[in-house]
Parts: sequence; structure tokens; C-alpha cells
Amino acid sequence: MGFPHHPHPRETTVLTKHFGEADARTLAGWKKRGGYKALEKALGMQPADIVNVVKDSGLRGRGGAGFPTGLKWSFMKPGDGKPHYLCCNADESEPGTFKDRELMRWTPHALVEGCAIGAYAIGAETAYVYIRGEFTEPLHWMEQAVKEAYAAGIIGKNAMGSGKRIDVHVHKGAGAYICGEETALMESLEGRRGNPRIKPPFPAVSGVFGMPTTINNVETLIAAAPILLNGADWYKKMSLSSPKSTGTKLFSVCGNVQRPGTYEVVMGFPFKEFLYDLCGGPLHGRKFKAVIPGGASVPIQNMEEAEATLMDYEGFVAGGSMLGSGGVIVIDDAQPMVTVIARLARFFAHESCGQCTQCREGTAWTTKILERIRDGEGTVEDLDTLLDIGEQMTGKTICVLSDSCAVPVISGIKKFRGEFEALIQGKRFHPVTAAVA
Amino acid sequence: MAEKKMVNLTIEGRPVSAAEGTTILEAAKTAGILIPHYCYHPGLPIAGVCRMCLVEVEKAPKLAPSCATTVAEGQVVRVYSDKSLDARKGVLEMLLINHPLDCPICDQSGECELQDYTYQEGREDSRYREPKRFNPAEDFGGDVIYVPNRCILCTRCVRFMDDVAHEPTLNVSERGDRALIGKFEGKDLTHPWAANVVDLCPVGALLSKDFLNKARAWELDRTASICPNCTQGCNVIMETRENQLVRMRPRPNENVNAFFMCDWGRLNYRWMNEKNRVERPMVRGKNGLAASTWEAAITAAARALNGKKVFVAASPMLSNESLFLLTQLMQGGSGAFRVTEGEEAPLSGVDDLALRRERAANVFGAEKLGFNKTKELLGGLGQGDVLVVAGEDLAGIDASTVARAGDVIVISSVLPDVAGKASVVLPIANYSEEEGTVTNLRGRVQRFTQAKQAPGETRPSWLVLGDLLGAMGKQTNFFLPSEVFAKLASSNGSFAGLSYDSLGFKGLPLVDAPPTSPKAPIAVAAR
Amino acid sequence: MGGVESPDYASHDRAAHEPYVAVFTGDVKRELDELLTRYPTKMAALLPALWIIQRERSWVSDEGMAEVAGFLDLTPAYVKGVVTFYTMYHQHPVGKYFIQVCTTSPCGICGAEDVVKAFLRHTNTGELGLTSPDGRYTVIEVECLGACGFATPVMINEEFIESVTPDKVPELLARLA
Repeated sequence: MGFPHHPHPRETTVLTKHFGEADARTLAGWKKRGGYKALEKALGMQPADIVNVVKDSGLRGRGGAGFPTGLKWSFMKPGDGKPHYLCCNADESEPGTFKDRELMRWTPHALVEGCAIGAYAIGAETAYVYIRGEFTEPLHWMEQAVKEAYAAGIIGKNAMGSGKRIDVHVHKGAGAYICGEETALMESLEGRRGNPRIKPPFPAVSGVFGMPTTINNVETLIAAAPILLNGADWYKKMSLSSPKSTGTKLFSVCGNVQRPGTYEVVMGFPFKEFLYDLCGGPLHGRKFKAVIPGGASVPIQNMEEAEATLMDYEGFVAGGSMLGSGGVIVIDDAQPMVTVIARLARFFAHESCGQCTQCREGTAWTTKILERIRDGEGTVEDLDTLLDIGEQMTGKTICVLSDSCAVPVISGIKKFRGEFEALIQGKRFHPVTAAVA
Repeated sequence: MAEKKMVNLTIEGRPVSAAEGTTILEAAKTAGILIPHYCYHPGLPIAGVCRMCLVEVEKAPKLAPSCATTVAEGQVVRVYSDKSLDARKGVLEMLLINHPLDCPICDQSGECELQDYTYQEGREDSRYREPKRFNPAEDFGGDVIYVPNRCILCTRCVRFMDDVAHEPTLNVSERGDRALIGKFEGKDLTHPWAANVVDLCPVGALLSKDFLNKARAWELDRTASICPNCTQGCNVIMETRENQLVRMRPRPNENVNAFFMCDWGRLNYRWMNEKNRVERPMVRGKNGLAASTWEAAITAAARALNGKKVFVAASPMLSNESLFLLTQLMQGGSGAFRVTEGEEAPLSGVDDLALRRERAANVFGAEKLGFNKTKELLGGLGQGDVLVVAGEDLAGIDASTVARAGDVIVISSVLPDVAGKASVVLPIANYSEEEGTVTNLRGRVQRFTQAKQAPGETRPSWLVLGDLLGAMGKQTNFFLPSEVFAKLASSNGSFAGLSYDSLGFKGLPLVDAPPTSPKAPIAVAAR
Repeated sequence: MGGVESPDYASHDRAAHEPYVAVFTGDVKRELDELLTRYPTKMAALLPALWIIQRERSWVSDEGMAEVAGFLDLTPAYVKGVVTFYTMYHQHPVGKYFIQVCTTSPCGICGAEDVVKAFLRHTNTGELGLTSPDGRYTVIEVECLGACGFATPVMINEEFIESVTPDKVPELLARLA
């Protein structure tokens, strides 16, 4: 939607169609816009059939991991006699990402519907929507939507008269990025410190309260409704490049760009046109220098890579990064890369749960070295030390927060080494192009 | 119970066969390989947080945490490959960046797993140039001090209190590199088993107040023994410095005490360093008790005992061997013992483990060998009997009661005041100064060994009693406590078939020991 | 833009030195009872229960932790471990207006540091994390608030304000009661 700007004609607004329409947030308003037709259809289907439609559509997890959603749902074995749970991961805390906040505060009923569909499909009677504590508006609108849905009998003991029970509870987080990691989310929901768990066991076997659980992102669950209504083929056709990446994706654009906001485009959209056309290009007098296309945990792209990228899972990998959460952080030539990366490292150090040695110590150590370099007190050995620490932090911990901290450091040194070396040599940072007033 | 399927794998080139469900780390132990680790402990649920135990598994994309990964058929595990060594070196470097250079003042030095592994596989230097994190030391209550700066956040202590003591008094507070172990203001570590966290701590973050700055680990002599302080019979290590007991720590025994011992037991070793000893044999002469030779004293005692009715007031701290020999002194008489009592304090996370009410090591053995448990120690002393005071200090006994005895022979480590009329005093070693066996409340016979030298001319109790019986013409002398035990085993059906060799250092149940339910395997499953 | 009014934090005004008054009584106890019906374990109600304590008392004290521990069959040490993990529970009283400015990189490159400086200056708090002498303000930096396209987002108590720039700060502060 480029929201809060007007939708760009080259956007494909499926999930973002009603952003900015205050009335879309009420049950009545949402129903006028076709709401809950998908749930009605779903409740008349067999759960296994719903799973197959979603599988067929090629929908992949929109939180960052990109795991095929239908396949994830199929891991929940029906008839095992255990209560199943659906957790909606609305803990959106990946720097650069703000699409779920928009989805929840503009189309809360879409999420209620998505949760109900997902819960029914996996044989769960209870869905928890774990919303980060800072999301005041989404919390308000989601609680309201859930209340309205209960009052109207859409969810509850007898969802839409189907005889099936579907309960949806909003659960407020309390300030921890790590609770966006699926096992840490479950720990937090259980009333514990948000420490990620070792896998195996996997959530579908032993999740919240030891029971089979599926965790899905907000955008993923909301996407299930139009897929059910319009069919898997309709979704699959929306694919401009790799057939393994189908449908639309919300991209949160922020940073040094003319029109930051939430954009929805078909998978495979050319990134160069996205940045310069849809997002309006760089700020007056500046040039783009780098992009982090999928939230802070994906490799930094230089502009050569970014401008050749097609926006889907495979395309971003080919472009030297990853799609991740779709949080596009645009950095122009007025920003010292070392400052940007140091501040990202500080973020990870603040958010580390502290369980694993490499993450607990490595994130803080990395931050300290980067800040020293930023402040002109770096040494020649520091770069090798940083790369070494980064390697120790990769592939060796319970969760990937550790890896995520290493990513901007390693990609930053690889692609912007000159800026690091200049600071170490005692030179001060200057923007490459002078700003024109 | 169904047979567990066996899995075959290779660890560092050695073929290993392990039951399905065994972790790589445990399987490696059977191949003689100890994979370095911190947070893992066989007595605690698996955490998998220290990342020290990462090993290379061929064909797997990432290093595997061996404490949390089960064996799989055909796995090829490399513990000492470049990748594995490099990962461990990395963990060690990271652990040391905030760790203070406290070795010269840290109690753990010499028995510190951070020192050990760093010396083995760590870097020679540190690349850390930034200020180190600092938190002040904290008194956690009980016997425990916490030094946060040294803590490596392995969380063994938290898991012990949570999952073994079932009293979650410790937590991890804060997060990230600010994390440290914490407790709640006003709620101290007063659980009767809390001091085990000091043993569990791999570094010097949790320290015993009792042991603080008392000795260096490498100055200690160590022997295997059994805690004498109640009837549970926890297996322990007694540690001495310059012939003084300075510490007792638990030794693992899956049939008795898992990996733990209670605070009462562990801190109650000072009585074995008792100073007020009688150190020379004494015989009563014209001028009262005078120092004598062993030969003369034994002869005098034998003469005093022969043909007389004997009452033995024994201590339940005496070994099976000594108590057995004492019964042979009775000559138709009888024997009794008394035992102090206290509150029972179970460790709820371990099957059948508690600080027991009766606070002595060999209550069960004494009863088995025919001694009566009584509150009135000298109740069975008949007028004119020869009173043999064995191991007892007769504290709280009235002199008038003792006066009923025709004669008193003292075979103890101290000379009780009320036994002043004794005609012979034979000084013996105390529990920590000799070797023998004791029987716990479940009928388990366990060996204890000598931790320190007995003072002066004192001798082991079994040796003195053997010599005395020899002088009374009742049997040949014994040269070893194992010989006494062999005699006991051949004459008492409950002990039949047992020997020091078969007892080893884990012990065995008496033939007629009450049946115990098989102890639950030590819990290692994750929550 | 679709903002939600924050609750009245008059309770901030009362000194933290007052004797502790139990939180979970009457209606609030009923609220806790309803919460407990949502989860199969008592422990799972802990985070929501802590939010209730913070709502009622403006911060989570040791006594509050002990009280909720009692209701949920947990130890106070356990509750403290949870409280100290999450950044949003105040473990000591803060200013009447708790101002949180996002400074993570996406906002950092859009001038977030200047917004922080403006708040520090106009609230007279002097330093991050300290409460102003009149007890009205505490300013802190926080990590990504999830509104990066609306740089710089700021939270004041429960109110979420988007697109704050240094020049808007005086007017924002003037709006506060």
C-alpha cells in the first residue's frame, strides 16, 4: 500500500486492500468487505482438504523462515487425543519490519479469521495471538475484534454454528525480541523466561504445555483466507519469477527513502523498480548505498546486488541476501555503515536471552569492538577478530539470534570494508555525495 | 521390561554400542572419551546451553550438542577434529572474556573445569580489550556465596534447586550478557540440600563459606568414605590438609545418594578432628590410671574381662567389624547403643534419599549384630557387670549409673569423665582414622577408608579388639579389617557371601536386606 | 493516527514508599480468575498478571511479585527471574510519563538520536533512565518498536506516537496533563 501513502498502481493489494479504512476494523465493516466468508467455507471443509489447498498454493511462512505453510500444518497429526494449539506470532520485532502491526491495526478481523481457519485446519480448539507488549494499537484492535467475534458467535463454543469449538485469546508480550523465535514464544506463553528450546522435540510433537503446536506469522494466517476463497491456482499464478515463491508479500520499507511504508507486491517483483519507482527513490540530493532487504538478520546488499534482485525467496538469495521478514531498510550515502552495523549489533546484544555462550558473550563483544571502531579507536586486528567471533557465533547455538548478529557484521565487512578500514586508519566518515540543499 | 534396542556408532574411530535414547556424550564415556562440557550433569535435566560439548557428526550440516543429541545407527562422531576443537576453543575464549583473572584468590583453583579445559584446549592469550562486566559477590544464605563475575551461566545450580530439590529458590536474572544467578530478597538458600550447588558449580562462582580460603585443592589428600552423620550412608570423599579434615563432598552412588549429600552431613566433619583424645593405653595402678604399653594394657583388659558378665555400651559410629568383635566379648552379656535424633530432610527429586532421623552411620549394623537401640544407654548394665565403653563418650550419663559396674574397660577415642574408675583404657582411632564397613538403613554394607592418621599411639578399633580377643584365648589375631569382615561374613547369615572385594566402593545389600524398589534412573530427560 | 489513550497514571504520583496494598482483590481478583480460564496451567497467566500489577501500581515491586507468586503457585524467586527478563516491567517507580524512544538502526538513520536529545532537553531529566526532579518524566532508549516506516516512533506510557521529529517534542510534552 506504500501505506500511509496511496497504493501504487504496481502494487497488488490483496491483504493491504483496506489499510486506512477505519471502518474495516469493526465486525460490521469487515463483513461488508467480504469478511468471514473464507472461515464459513473452511468450516464446511475437512481439515485435511484445507491443508492441501494451502500446500498447493505454495504459501510459505511470512515471518522470515519461509517454511511451506501447508507442510507445517500437515505435521499436526489428527486424532492423537491431545489438545492441539495454534500460536499466532505477532511479536514482530525484527528491525525494519512493521507489516504485522499494520495488518493488525487495520484488518484485525482478518487475523481473527486467519487464526480460526488455521486452528480448524490443524485440529486445534485454542489459538493464542502473542502480540508484543509495545503494540498498543494492535492489542486494542485485536482484543476488540476477538470480543466482537465471540459476541457474534463467529468463534467460541460453536464457531459459526459448525459445532466446532474455536477459542482465540490475545496474549500480551512484555518486551523481548527473542520471543519472536517460535520456541521462545511458547516458553513466554507458558509464563517463563523467553529462552528458546532445543529442537527436537519439534513444536508439532511437543509445543506449548507439551502439546502439539503450530506457530504461524500474522501475514501467513491472514493469507489463508483469500487462498481458500480464490483457490490455490489463483495464488500460484501470482509469481513473477521463481515458481517456489507464490502469492503476494508485504514489504515494510523504511530508512532513507522518499516514501517509507508498507507495500504489497507479487513475488518476483524487480527490486530496482520497487526502490526507485514505488518507494520514490532516495532522499533529495542523496544516493542509495546499501539495502538490508529482509530485516536486520539478513545480509546487507550493496546497490549493485540490490538493483539486480528479483523480490522472492530464491531471488534474494541469488542477490546475496535473503527475503527474511521483508523489512526493507534503505541506507543512503550519508550514513556511516559502521554506525549502522554497530547499532544493529547493540540491538542483538540487548535482546540475547543469554543461554548460549557464543551469543551471550559474542553479541556484546561484537558491539563493543564495533563501537570502538565507530568512535575512531579501532585497531587493525579488530576486523579479523570480528570475523572470527562471527564464525564462532554461526551454526553453534540453540537459536539463530547469534547467527543473525554475525550476519550484518560479516556482510558489512565483506562489502563495505573500506569504511571500516578508513575509521581504523583515523579518517573521519564523509558522505560520498555532498547533500544539495 | 522390554529390552532396549542397541545402536552402533563410531566415536573418534572407536566402535561404540549404546542403548537407543542414549546421548552421544554418555555413549562416549563408555568409549573412554570425556567430551568437555559444563552445563550437562547426569543428575540434572539437560539444558544444552553452554555449547561446550559440540561435536562434529559426519554428514550433518551443523555441529551437534552431544549432551542433547541421541545416538543414531552408523553415526560417525569426531570429538577431536579441527572443527570440534575450534568450536570448543571459541566457547572457552568467550567464557573468559568477562571472567576475572581470579585464579590466585579463587577457591576453585586446582579443581576448576574452566582452568582444566582452557589449559587443555583453550587459547594462550585473550583478544578481549574491553572492560569486563562486574557484579558484587552475594551471600545466598546457608553455606553458599555467589560470585557473579566468575559465573559461566551453566545454570546447574538453578536446575538443581528447581528439579532435584523442588524448591525454586534460585533464578537466572536479567538477560544477555547482563544475566546472573539471583534469588528473592529474604528467601535464602536454606534448603537442607542446597550446598550441593557448590559441588555442581564448575567454576568458583558458588563457594562454600565453610571452606572459604581454607585450603588449596592441590594440598588436599582425598579418600573414599561413607558419611558418618546419619543412616542414609551417602558416599563421600573425605578431604584433609595436614591431617585435619577440611571438607567432605559427595561421591556418586546410584543406589544410595545419586550425586548428592545433605548440608548437615557435609558440614559436620569437625567432630572427627576432635582434640581431646586419649592417646596412650592406660592401666590403673596404685596411683590411679597411668600410661602403659599396649601389651600390658591388653593383658590387663583380658584379665578383667575373662569369665565375667560383660555389658557393652557401644557407639553406632563403630564399624561392622568392631561391633562384631565386641559381641564376642559379651560372654553371655548384652550390648546397647544410643543415637541422637533430628528432623528428617528428604531430597525429593531423588528416590529414597534423605537426611535421616538417626544421626549415626551404623545404627542398622549395630542392630543387625545384636545391639539394642535404647534411650537409656546403661539400662541393661547389671550390678557388678564389667562395663565395656566402646566408642562412646558417655556424655550426659550419670556417674552413679556407671558405679553399678564392677569394672569399666574404656575402648574409645576419648576418656569419659564418668568412667574415671576404669581399670584399663585402650585408645582407638575414630571413624576417619581407620578402615571398615557400615550398614545403612536399607541394609547396604559399604566400605569406608582411612582419611587421616590417628594420633599418638592409638590403634584401629578392630585391631585392638582382635588383639584383646586373642589375649582372652578366643581367636587368632587379625592383620587386616578385611579378615575381620570375612570372619563376620562366614558366621552371620545376613553378611554371607560378602567380601571387601565384592563390596568395592559402591557397596552391596545384606542377604536379607529389606527389598527396595529399583531406584528411578537418574533423570536426564529435558523438561 | 488511530492512537489509543493511555490510562491515567496518577498512581505514579504516590510515593513508592507506601506500604504495599494487595492488588488481586475484588474486581481485579475476578479479572485474574478469568485469565486463569484461558490457559491449562496457572503459570501461563503470569505475564498477563504482571501487566495487571503494573497497571494497578505503576510498577512491579518485590511485594507484587510475592503476591502473584502466591496466587499462581510459583516461588517469588521464579517470578523475579521472569520479571527481570522482560524489559517492559518496571522494577522501580518511574516518572509519571515514561518516554521510550526507538533508536535501533532503521530509526537511527532517520535521526532518532536527535529525538532523544530533544526529549532529554525538554523534560529536564538530564540523563537517560533518570526521572526528572519534578517526578514527571523518565526518558529511555528502546529497541525496534515495529513502526520503522514511521520514524521515529515514541511510546509515552501506553500511548504509541508515530513520526516524531525533534521539533514536535515540545508540543507533545505540552499535551501531557
